[in-house]
Amino acid sequence: MTQHFPALLIIVPLLSALAVSAMGWIDRRWCFPLAVASLGGALAVSVSLLVQVMAAGPIVYQMAGWSPPIGITYVIDYLNAPVLVVVLAAAFLNLIGAKVRIEAEFEEKLGAYLALYILFLSGMVGIVATGDAFNLYVLLEIASLTGYALIGLGKERAPLSSLNYLFMGTIGASFYLLGIGYIYIATGTLNMADISNMMPQLMGSGTLFLALIICMTGLFVKMALFPMHGWLPNAYSNAPSASAGLIAPLTTKVMVYAMVRVGLTIFTPEFTFSRAILSETIVWLAVGAIVAGSLLALMQRRLSRMLTYVIVAEVGYMVGGFWLGNKTGITGATLHIINDAAMTLTLFMAVSTITWKLGSDKFEDLKGLFGKMPFTMIGFVLAALAVIGIPPTCGFFSKWYLITGGIEAGQWGFVVALLFSSLVNAVLFFRIFEIAFFEPFAEGHGHHGHGPAMSEAPASMVAPLIIAALSLIVLGLYTGDIVTKLIQLAIPAGIA
Amino acid sequence: MRLLALIAVVLTGGLIIFHTGDLPDFGDPNSPASTHLSPYYLEHGEGDTHAPNIVSAVLADYRGFDTMFETTVVFAAGLACFFLLRRKTEPGDKPRMYRHLPTGVTLRIKSGGTFPEEDSTEFRRMDSHFVPHQIIIKNTCRLVIPFIQVFALYVVAHGHYSPGGGFQGGVLLAAAIILYAISHDLRRSIHRFSEKVAALSGSLGVFIYAGAGALCLLLGANFLNYEALGPLLGVDAVMARSHGILIIEIGVALAVMAVIVWIYYNLSSAGKHDEGL
Amino acid sequence: MTDLLPLIAAKYNYWIYTILMMIGLYAMIAKNNLVKKIIGMNIFQTAIILFYVSIAYKKGATLPIIMGDGHGGGHGAIQAADYINPLPHCLMLTAIVVSVATLGVALALAIKIYRQYGTLEEDDINHQIRMQAGQ
Repeated sequence: MTQHFPALLIIVPLLSALAVSAMGWIDRRWCFPLAVASLGGALAVSVSLLVQVMAAGPIVYQMAGWSPPIGITYVIDYLNAPVLVVVLAAAFLNLIGAKVRIEAEFEEKLGAYLALYILFLSGMVGIVATGDAFNLYVLLEIASLTGYALIGLGKERAPLSSLNYLFMGTIGASFYLLGIGYIYIATGTLNMADISNMMPQLMGSGTLFLALIICMTGLFVKMALFPMHGWLPNAYSNAPSASAGLIAPLTTKVMVYAMVRVGLTIFTPEFTFSRAILSETIVWLAVGAIVAGSLLALMQRRLSRMLTYVIVAEVGYMVGGFWLGNKTGITGATLHIINDAAMTLTLFMAVSTITWKLGSDKFEDLKGLFGKMPFTMIGFVLAALAVIGIPPTCGFFSKWYLITGGIEAGQWGFVVALLFSSLVNAVLFFRIFEIAFFEPFAEGHGHHGHGPAMSEAPASMVAPLIIAALSLIVLGLYTGDIVTKLIQLAIPAGIA
Repeated sequence: MRLLALIAVVLTGGLIIFHTGDLPDFGDPNSPASTHLSPYYLEHGEGDTHAPNIVSAVLADYRGFDTMFETTVVFAAGLACFFLLRRKTEPGDKPRMYRHLPTGVTLRIKSGGTFPEEDSTEFRRMDSHFVPHQIIIKNTCRLVIPFIQVFALYVVAHGHYSPGGGFQGGVLLAAAIILYAISHDLRRSIHRFSEKVAALSGSLGVFIYAGAGALCLLLGANFLNYEALGPLLGVDAVMARSHGILIIEIGVALAVMAVIVWIYYNLSSAGKHDEGL
Repeated sequence: MTDLLPLIAAKYNYWIYTILMMIGLYAMIAKNNLVKKIIGMNIFQTAIILFYVSIAYKKGATLPIIMGDGHGGGHGAIQAADYINPLPHCLMLTAIVVSVATLGVALALAIKIYRQYGTLEEDDINHQIRMQAGQ
């Protein structure tokens, strides 16, 4: 059975999503246990795949028994094995953490919500694991459709934000589809490995260059790279917190992974980085993303909106790091996919816990939080330190690789933007620490010795948050292993 | 804003058109797209799967994994429309119209009054949008609907030999039910094909598809490799692929029919399942 | 200019799909009414579908349904150039279904927005949001 694990990665969530949806009509008590069991099972399968890949090298699984390029293949190699583990772990932790919230907000439609949750996750897993360019489009659309629905039933402005997200997402996915069409016209095949085999003969092809631009434009729209980031703050901050905790860590990072996959595997690195004008333009776009994201985050008065602009800046890190074109930069970008998913998960789970107890996430309502919700704030502080980039959290190491890569490539604008954004992140988060710690709760006027009474959120919400926060430190300590045993092996040899 | 959009659109279109010089001519049989991979499908498709319709063979067998996700997309869309729109309404929310059948008098009962029984033989509930002279529409549709359904089953079953297959047949089946809902009444259609049946059938359809693939996995072959079903069905490997294609087409047809009817129920009544179009 | 006309004549399918795509994209960005935006999205996706289907065409070829001369034996060699390319058609079945699904979800969201704001014009909705935020 272990040789079928790449297929099980998809089958288990898919079948359980169908079962959960059916149970929603028959007996609602089975929905949540089924969902948790299936995500746990998929997580175990992905960990086993990671161990297999580290021991024996990439795994190729042929769906329907047809060899490539006739059939569809799933390829688990050094690049996507760790990303798979992170994606599944993030969804699993978020589901457990959001249990109380989901059962309170979506009582009647519990089956439908959990089925959409699991389908979103299986779309993301498929995007990471697939080895076929068109299959990636279909899975992208599953993830997008379920994402629109998960966001649509939120706060006041949720339907409008979701519709705007739908329009931008459709433009992005359709551009990606168009890019694949151009690749198909030029090569005649859809299998990623097959296309990369044909690339050396087609180096000067204008069609393929246009295909690269169109594919990348589509993916940039979906990952909210500046200036196409307009949909992200509204969509993520107006979503229900349980959905935001799932979609925010995963969507943009998996799109960055797709960009790395398209750039490195489909269009081989020799082709992708061969036109300097493209790489330069994109690095400057990334610089714009970092600066704009950081500045706009400073202007926000709500915690969740501030975090969405921090995400915009983080996307700029990863895109800029990849398009630097050298090994350190690509290592930094890939490492940052893993680290940023963990950081964003922790941050959004913390915000969800805070809004569950307080009802709002405006800055002025966050006073005295350190006393009232100490465990939540420990998680929040760890994640904030990771975003700022302080060792030994993982954020420091990926920033180190990105800055080194920028210096090596001579892109000083990128290096300056990274340092600027670290400073701005420090200002942002220390401002919150100050409000939450030093300003006493208004009712404690006469009690100087007593802090506010502790009223922490339920354990099922706080425990996954603490696990996610501790993982930031664990990822940071194991960075050396991750880089040397996984990421460096994933980068093709042709890059300096 | 409009000028900016116009400039952006013209620039993008110009960039794309500028590059059409490199692309193969329209209808060129020697383009890379037509010579690299697709001759294998055309030459070996029938021999491998006993299905003369190569598009069905590619869709359901060679690239069957994609089609499974496509069916899942349809199911997810049904779930999404249900999740976003569905709301239960109390009977006293809006005024209702009833027709007293023996006399032909129409009553408008405001919210707060007593409504006639659900299965009353004297009073029939009418939609707020009154449509006169329904007799021609109703009876024509009643005559046509069975033929549409039979044709839909033909399209599903003959996916191997003529253009057709699961998606097309499923949409036709759904169209028959929607025709009934439009010509008669949404409530009567829901009474015959309720939302719960639609939701469960949708899940069942996708489950047939994914389950058939998982069955192949349990029997030892790769996922969706129908040759593993050969010993189970008692036929050789190639016929097993043909039967596998038929099984999943049935699953697809069931799922597509159920989901499109479900989406129609939710969209046409804005989630209330009260009065339709 | 004289070699532009043979160029257009040989590759007119690409010109058509590009113009359609740009019409759809313009409608999605510039129109005010939400339903017109949704229709623009549909046109945009349909243009890409037409592009793929036009790749599949071969001059003088017929549908990719292998007609048998009898039952079983004696098919003869199947020439690939006699049949159009089946792969883009298969891919576009998927794309059509995906576009219909997206249309369904977009309409559901539009119904929710209408229920909430009473209008489908985007500037009216933004005006109402600003009024609510100002209170």
